[in-house]
Amino acid sequence: NIVPTSVKINLINMLSETGLQVIEATSFVSPKWVPQMADHTEVMQGIHKFPGISYPVLTPNLKGFQAAVAAGAKEVSIFGAASELFTRKNINCSIEESLERFEEVTKAARAASIPVRGYVSCVLGCPYEGKIPAAKVAEVSKKLYSMGCYEISLGDTIGVGTPGSMRDMLAAVMKEVPLGALAVHCHDTYGQALANILLALQMGVSVVDASVAGLGGCPYAQGASGNVATEDLVYMLNGLGIHTGVDLQKLMDTGTFICNALNRRTNSKVSQASCRL
Amino acid sequence: QEPQASGLPEYVKIVEVGPRDGLQNEKVIVPTDVKIELINQLSKTGLPAIEVTSFVSSKWVPQMADHKEVMRGIEKHPGVQYPVLTPNLQGFHSAIAAGATEVSVFGAASESFSKMNINCSIEESIEKFEEVTKSARNMNIPVRGYVSCALGCPYEGNVAPEKVAEVSKRLYSMGCYEISLGDTIGVGTPGSMKKMLEAVMKEIPLSALAVHCHDTYGQALANILTAIQMGVAVVDSSVAGLGGCPYAKGATGNVATEDVIYMLNGLGINTGVNLCAVMEAGNFICTALNKKTNSKVAQASFSTGTIN
Repeated sequence: NIVPTSVKINLINMLSETGLQVIEATSFVSPKWVPQMADHTEVMQGIHKFPGISYPVLTPNLKGFQAAVAAGAKEVSIFGAASELFTRKNINCSIEESLERFEEVTKAARAASIPVRGYVSCVLGCPYEGKIPAAKVAEVSKKLYSMGCYEISLGDTIGVGTPGSMRDMLAAVMKEVPLGALAVHCHDTYGQALANILLALQMGVSVVDASVAGLGGCPYAQGASGNVATEDLVYMLNGLGIHTGVDLQKLMDTGTFICNALNRRTNSKVSQASCRL
Repeated sequence: QEPQASGLPEYVKIVEVGPRDGLQNEKVIVPTDVKIELINQLSKTGLPAIEVTSFVSSKWVPQMADHKEVMRGIEKHPGVQYPVLTPNLQGFHSAIAAGATEVSVFGAASESFSKMNINCSIEESIEKFEEVTKSARNMNIPVRGYVSCALGCPYEGNVAPEKVAEVSKRLYSMGCYEISLGDTIGVGTPGSMKKMLEAVMKEIPLSALAVHCHDTYGQALANILTAIQMGVAVVDSSVAGLGGCPYAKGATGNVATEDVIYMLNGLGINTGVNLCAVMEAGNFICTALNKKTNSKVAQASFSTGTIN
């Protein structure tokens, strides 16, 4: 369901009050491909930009980058993949060609002093290729880091990873990219996300992507879940005594807001369990 | 994958609690023949232990009223254990008469929980269990001990790790061969799991420990991973994640066996269990209960038509 612009803006504004320091706001991609993000300019211009909070946006190419900057974006993200087939199916080119496009973005971003975050998809498995060699993930990560991305978010796009494959993949990537520049983006499609994140934390990773209320299903497994819920992640980190600066109650309230607006149940177990209170 | 290289056990024993703990916490009363069929299917998956039923008064637990019929009706596969719950000596005798060859007793690390759940103090409950373990020892029947509220109590909130260690030690000393530490309301995290296990491991040998994690707050697999990293090699779980949480309406309870096995497989840890076969048993019971599975692995595999 297409979410009204005002709801998106409200959501981001509420998230801005939870203590989160980074909120991915929208995607400057053609509405032909991603109708949900057609209002990217309005959203970018409509949100309240709190000092100290970053609002990165996706920019698949130079054109998107320029539109993003014109709309007020101060940070952008580019999306690579560790799988050739996935790249072909997802953005209709090879990994090499995608990297050339991204280099145009990182060049322009450097000239404008705009930080760029790099994503690598399919780091623990690909819906088309199956297993992905850890060395390939390391190679693509290194290329994105070398072209100027300040951080590389390693995405288990279909959630097939386990602490075993997470460990092996990180060990390979850590040889090429400094630990301080690594993030994990785990999907919970097979229920493995928090265990995988725990493993990553144990290896020293200290940046974790998550989605309020676990928004976002898996386009490769109909009806299955996708993103890990931010509430469940924060609950675990709190229990580990790890500081996040995030207010869990405010986060749950935000999750309740967006789920009501979307007329759907939350994917966050913490939220579900706390309902009775 | 070399689990030993990373300090993980080579083999983890899965104790399947779906037919008892799972069904006990499902609203729908399941017909006896469905219970028997579920257990028979589970017996063919490679699971080494399946908790069959509970010899408790049907006044308290209507779902388990058919305990005798279930115990007598199931196929008993060689190499598979079929423990049953026995809250007291009367239940124990009844279980033996019905053919049980292993029993379990259920203690708690919280006084309030003990009072509210079985209407007596921890000390009084221990006395009751001692009657069971004495008789069991005479008859060479192994007894498994459970400690509820190991990581938190719905009434008392935080539970001191030392209290968990104390109750565990009492159960172990009276003859329980294994102590299953239960995060009854699923509030635990890897942080509290680690602290609790450290305290308990001072009193009980590692090889006698098991974890029984609930997924009410989505923490179960992370907690199980933490336990395994500390050397625990016995994990309780429930097919299809059967069994909600009686303390949080609509929330989930038991962790799904399928999701646990998926993780252990990925870690290169042997369980002897066939994941596909468990998913089939899960599919069977969910169809019978007319409900969706709580296993994410089952959900994803059903959607994609493949098993990764």
